Amino acid sequence: MSEDASSYPPIDPTNFDLIVLGTGLPESVIAAAASANGKTVLHLDPNPFYGSNYTSLSLQDLSSFLISHSAPPPSPPSAPSDGHDFTPAALAARPLFSHVEISSFAPDVLGEEHSRKFNVDLCGPRVLFCADKSIDLILKSGTSQYVEFKGVDASFVYNENGKLTSVPDSRAAIFKDKSLGLTEKNQLMRFFKLVQQHLEDDGEEGGENESRNSRISEQDLESPFVEFLNKMRLPPKIKSIILYAIAMADCDQDNVEVCEDVLKTKDGIDRLALYNSSVGRFPNALGAFMYPLYGHGELPQAFCRRAAVKGCIHVLRMPVIAVLMDKSTGHYKGVRLSSGQDLFSHQLILDPSFMVQLPLASSPPGLGSIKRRVARGICITKRSLRSETSNFLVVYPPRSLFPEQVTSIRALQIGSDLAVCPLGMFVIYFSTLCHDANQGEKLLNAAMDSLLTVPESAHPESSTTVHSENSAEEKPTVLWKALYIQELTMDHFESISSTPMPDGNLNYNNILHATLKLFQKMYPLEEVFPETASPENPEDDNEFSLES
Amino acid sequence: MHGQPRKAPKPEDEAASAAKAEKLRNLQSQFLCFHRNNIYSKEALEVNAKLLEINPEHYTAWNYRKLAVEHRLTQSESDPDSVNSILNEELKVVESALRQNFKSYGAWHHRKWVLSKGQSSLDHELRLLDRFQKADSRNFHAWNYRRFVASLLNISEVDELQYTTDMINKNFSNYSAWHNRSVLLSNMLKRKAQGFFPKEKVLNEEYELVHQALFTDPDDQSGWFYHLWLLEQTVKADAPLLVSSWPAHDSNLILLGDSCLEDSALSPFNTFHSELGTIPLVVYFNKAVEGVNSSTISVESVLNMKGELTWKPLSTNNSQTAQVWVTYLNYPDIKLHSSEFYPVEVSVGHTQGIISSNGFHYSHPSRFAFKVFVRPFEKDLAGHGVEMVSWREDNFLLYESHSQESNPILSLDQLNIKDDQEESSSKWRAETIANEIALFRELLSEINCKIGKLTLARLLIAHDMMMSPIANKMVHSEEVIELYSDLMMLDSPHSQYYKDECSLVLLQQITSNMESLLRYCFRHGDRTSSFLGNSICLRLNNLSLSRVGSVEKLLWVQMLDLSHNELRSIEGLEAMQLLSCLNLSNNKLSSFTALGPLRLLKSLKVLDIACNEIGSHSIDTTRYLCSSPLSHTEEIGWSHDEMVTGDINLANYWEAFLIFKDLNLTQLDIVGNAIADEKFKSFLVKIVPTLKWLDGQQLQLH
Repeated sequence: MSEDASSYPPIDPTNFDLIVLGTGLPESVIAAAASANGKTVLHLDPNPFYGSNYTSLSLQDLSSFLISHSAPPPSPPSAPSDGHDFTPAALAARPLFSHVEISSFAPDVLGEEHSRKFNVDLCGPRVLFCADKSIDLILKSGTSQYVEFKGVDASFVYNENGKLTSVPDSRAAIFKDKSLGLTEKNQLMRFFKLVQQHLEDDGEEGGENESRNSRISEQDLESPFVEFLNKMRLPPKIKSIILYAIAMADCDQDNVEVCEDVLKTKDGIDRLALYNSSVGRFPNALGAFMYPLYGHGELPQAFCRRAAVKGCIHVLRMPVIAVLMDKSTGHYKGVRLSSGQDLFSHQLILDPSFMVQLPLASSPPGLGSIKRRVARGICITKRSLRSETSNFLVVYPPRSLFPEQVTSIRALQIGSDLAVCPLGMFVIYFSTLCHDANQGEKLLNAAMDSLLTVPESAHPESSTTVHSENSAEEKPTVLWKALYIQELTMDHFESISSTPMPDGNLNYNNILHATLKLFQKMYPLEEVFPETASPENPEDDNEFSLES
Repeated sequence: MHGQPRKAPKPEDEAASAAKAEKLRNLQSQFLCFHRNNIYSKEALEVNAKLLEINPEHYTAWNYRKLAVEHRLTQSESDPDSVNSILNEELKVVESALRQNFKSYGAWHHRKWVLSKGQSSLDHELRLLDRFQKADSRNFHAWNYRRFVASLLNISEVDELQYTTDMINKNFSNYSAWHNRSVLLSNMLKRKAQGFFPKEKVLNEEYELVHQALFTDPDDQSGWFYHLWLLEQTVKADAPLLVSSWPAHDSNLILLGDSCLEDSALSPFNTFHSELGTIPLVVYFNKAVEGVNSSTISVESVLNMKGELTWKPLSTNNSQTAQVWVTYLNYPDIKLHSSEFYPVEVSVGHTQGIISSNGFHYSHPSRFAFKVFVRPFEKDLAGHGVEMVSWREDNFLLYESHSQESNPILSLDQLNIKDDQEESSSKWRAETIANEIALFRELLSEINCKIGKLTLARLLIAHDMMMSPIANKMVHSEEVIELYSDLMMLDSPHSQYYKDECSLVLLQQITSNMESLLRYCFRHGDRTSSFLGNSICLRLNNLSLSRVGSVEKLLWVQMLDLSHNELRSIEGLEAMQLLSCLNLSNNKLSSFTALGPLRLLKSLKVLDIACNEIGSHSIDTTRYLCSSPLSHTEEIGWSHDEMVTGDINLANYWEAFLIFKDLNLTQLDIVGNAIADEKFKSFLVKIVPTLKWLDGQQLQLH
């Protein structure tokens, strides 16, 4: 890549309000927001594609990206200090991924030609709730014209018997559900109504005594959500659905000793409210979730297009080798490209896969703070996990696979109708939080084995794949599989801000929240997207990028 | 649409609506001018279309369009293209009117009218419906129209049923969808359509479906209404049945000519005194029927020598459909052997012709028989011994029954032939109801739900009725009454309905067996009055009754005390053809219209309606509760000179006149009603010449 970089013509101008390094979703949102506020922005990415850690790639590109980002690369040449009033601090890549395991079981099916037809998400499984703040942001920023969404058809819970049961997440879904008993339906709907009533009364704030009755008490709101559910006498099955498939709790809430983040009632209710307002928000999305056509990589790209319309300059395949620091103040001044060109800006935003090796700092501050990781897995199949639907979510609540399973595992199957894979194939994403790679791999492998047939060896006889197609009862066979562990850390540097990494959640809410906070810190006086940012004519697109 | 808050109009809105009104006025006067002059030009039709686009509720405008279409069609009879363009134009006008208001009756009706011509393509209609049903899936106009289009297009009922399933799955609070489902299923069950037989299997699946709605959201009423329909389908036998009769089957009827005759060996339940020389014969069905006549019911007896019997429906609205029918058997003037019993045999439904109002034939031919024994009749006694009847408490003595008295409340159900199929279906019914009861008890143990309680009460009643149609043991009446009392408190706006239902249950309980009934049977101490004779007074006073029920078991009653209740209506009482003394004092009867059933009680002599609310309410609301508000005016057989009797204008007391003119009352108590002033009393004396006592005072004989 660096060979290509030198062939680029020098970038002109050389002074910007903001330089953004990396084109992941948070960086792209900031670039778009800053551009919309009239800042001059330069958006750089060493990769030949948009999206950084939030991208969607072909199978081959995904493999090579994971592998290249899992080992610490050779440390960059220390840039010579050449007598300016600044010193270069080398920019090192930080390996976000580890324990990358990629196995292809059907090279014939997934040949070169096919592989290119995939748009596989790096940060999956991921969906957007229809009522997510991110949707509002996409609409408000005018980004919606560059990306199209489709509703996720259904969501299921994996139960101890190895069966998937649909999540009764709305009045209509409860009505239609075949697995709940009549009394259970009544209990669940009553609980939903209670929450709804509470939220409505909360909205009205103050006033009559009568409405206060339907509010959940302050004491209950501060107590663990699971205790509140117990108090409501909800049976375990319904409790588990609410906690893990609707409120999307990560850890075993029933087991307070091992649970690291006990969900409070008020947060649980907020999550239910989000879910509830998501169902039916858009006429073409029946359930609570949406998925972007062509994969999640479309989202950062859409924000980049938005930024470009507002004058942001994008340069791909452009590594930055050093950050330039003011000699006298020690403050950030600019960056040095691998082409050797120096560019200057007031502010810098860094993709979290870069680390500044500050000469003064003894060690990077992030190292000791690694608390958790997220294990991610991807499987490709030729048959859907369920015959009637192709795009759906599966939640494995804690202890549903084996007693030691302390975290909830989420899986998302996306079919070719969302243009992420060749016709007739399916991509299934898995993820769970974990402390170490072993634990994560064990959890994901168990989840995969429960619903899929993973061939023993990486190079099976071609006959076995044929014969496994026989019975419809049989689990779909995995054609290609990837498993990797991703770090979850967040660093802060003086005057250099690092954006959040993809987290273990299904949606982008926490990531975007952190991103917007970052933006407000940089530009306390600016609105993220001023109201004037109305969608513009598609003709403007032509100038959107330097990519050829 | 539903659930949208109203907003106060802003000044600019008011200005806009004033402008709109001005425009409307203009269009309207133009249109009316065209209409008056029968002008159907292109310009005239355009004005009309503009008017309808703004105001789709303008019926005259729609009617004008129909005239215009007819006019233009006659002019272009031969040319199919111009016929098409005329009709298509109409469809367009309707569409733009519907865009303005998709609940416009006139617009939907006009569309039906155009399509009924059979000239237009129907392809577009389902798409149009889809659009409107998407905008508001509950819009019953669209659903109505859907049924119309589906029948024109011959869309199978199975497909339409699936459509209701889909709509219900989307959102089950949709009365229209549930309703359409019941309509479609009714048809298919009746036809025994393929896959919709046996009825039991289909209904089981429907119960299953509606349970999902009821349990998911018990506060939504649409499912409950469907459940009510299902319950009706489960409980009600399709074919009408004979429920009871008077005289009862197997009874020995004693006809007394002489009231003074005292013979304690005679059962007072079967003793009947008749001055008219006739015996009423009453048949009581489980539902309203038509076609009761001498060919569908044959009566064999020596008493019936005058040839064909005339059956009369006992209905207060003069319809030819009624639940109760009466005829009169004449016994001849010649002296019959006083020691002999004369058998009478009645066969019901051995020839076809008795049909329920929903089209089912009476299909259980049955026969009942009784014997008549006539005591010597001495005419010279008739005029004597007529004393005022007093309802004073100390005049009544609890009746002590004789050991082997025949049971007057015997139900005729046992006479109805039951075939095997009937048996298996009645087993299914019992199981279904029991299952429903268990389910709703469970639901109510979790939540407090008004309509759930009401449904449980209805199920329990249905259960009791079904389990013991003969003995009618009311196992659950306590629980039912408790449920209704609960409901009266929970749902006070409907407390009157719950009170009515409670009254019915209480009466069912009282009449459920002889033992309990006897607790309400009294002998009147003053037996000198001729028409009291040997008979018994049934005292149902002080029971907080608001409605009369279980009349089918009380056909034998000749003296009835309903005083000190809360009656607002006496509907059902018309079946008690033997009734001669009736006490309705201290109730809540608020008009003479409410006394309508009395017009059919030809034997009534003594009536006490003191202390009611007649005349206290300026508006007679009872009128509007009747099935047809016009039903009261049907008997306008008055002659002109009847209009004004003396200084009293008949028109002022018209309602009273209709009630009393055909009754031969000898005693009437009306004191304690707002209407009962001196003027009214003198009016009564004039129109009821037989009256001897009015408010306890003997009238001077003229």
